[in-house]
Amino acid sequence: MDIAVTVNGTLYERDVEARKLLIHFLRDDLDLTGSHIGCDTGNCGACSVILDGTLVKSCMLLAVQADGSEIETVEGLADGDRLTALQEAFTEHHALQCGYCTPGMLMSATALLRANPSPSDEDIRKALQGNICRCTGYWNIFEAVKSVAR
Amino acid sequence: MLLREVEYSKPSSVKEALERLAENDGARALAGGQTLINVMKARAASPDVLVDLNGLDELRGIDLAADGTLSIGPMTTYTELIDSAEARARPILREVCSRIADVQVRNRGTIGGNLCSNDPTNHLPPLMAAVGARFTIAGQDGERTVPASDFFLGVYMTAVGQAELLTRIEIPAGKQDGFAAVTLGVEGTCIVNAAASMNGSLRVAIGCVDAVPIVVEAASPETVRDAVRAAGLRPPDDVHASSAYRAHLAEVLAERAARQAAEKR
Repeated sequence: MDIAVTVNGTLYERDVEARKLLIHFLRDDLDLTGSHIGCDTGNCGACSVILDGTLVKSCMLLAVQADGSEIETVEGLADGDRLTALQEAFTEHHALQCGYCTPGMLMSATALLRANPSPSDEDIRKALQGNICRCTGYWNIFEAVKSVAR
Repeated sequence: MLLREVEYSKPSSVKEALERLAENDGARALAGGQTLINVMKARAASPDVLVDLNGLDELRGIDLAADGTLSIGPMTTYTELIDSAEARARPILREVCSRIADVQVRNRGTIGGNLCSNDPTNHLPPLMAAVGARFTIAGQDGERTVPASDFFLGVYMTAVGQAELLTRIEIPAGKQDGFAAVTLGVEGTCIVNAAASMNGSLRVAIGCVDAVPIVVEAASPETVRDAVRAAGLRPPDDVHASSAYRAHLAEVLAERAARQAAEKR
């Protein structure tokens, strides 16, 4: 099926099989390998992207369902070499170790801060609940997000 | 995971969706996909055609009638319900939906999907049974409305047939509701859950203990445990809880949910 999807501001037109998951379309067809496949069962959140302004797990969506939509992935956050305040905060607070969960964590936190620039501690915890990290114990990620909340 | 080959259809009306479903026994409705896509990865279901209901505005939206009855479109996502001003007429809906899974799943997963998948560990089947919801089901021959007691038929089975769609969920007015669960992780899968509603009589529906929600009635929260015991539950065993422990949780959670309901005014 022919689909047209705008990812990080670039329009891509591709022919995809209906069975292809959105995460595979992003990684394999568009070579945007920033979004990761962790569990492939909708639990870990490493594949989280923002679809038409809404945070979703791209392993639980077909690529054809994204036809006509705008997607933001982790590659779209920084402006060239200039990282976002949130990305800088992740560095500052040692919010990543192996980095596998980081793309998903960044997209979840980005979606949170857009909707709610002044989240409570509870808001931050709830916003990151769908993202699993096996390295940091979550505290440093929480502190990084909190540090850029207004 | 590469899914098995599947056809994809995105109808532009409920009528067309019903036609697509009726054309092929292997066609299945795709709602939020937060269960079905995973089930397809595991090859536990292998539909030939996915009929995508996203984009059918007829199946979205929440209306509040003058008498307090809520009419919910089944393709309403959990997040839409949580944010809905109308849905606040029955506060328990928002309370329970905000505990389901995580932000991403709530953004995509739908009320109708939760009900029609009827996984015994889902939150909404017992809640709908407790509040006395009514379900409108459409087929090519027309519509019918069934109460919760006739909607949930078995594990992953509801009154919605292969070539039918759930088109509306009606919830009567009320505020004295409660919900209690023991979950895997703070907001994870339920090991046992219980929903209670005290509008008129006290009705408690228990999930995860049988193929469908088990409904018990009691005069007061003090007598709920006896009523649950009298129901003679024989819950399933699994790695998370023994049958005996689930039966114990059923009593405890039924009482907790009932007390919450009784305390609300």
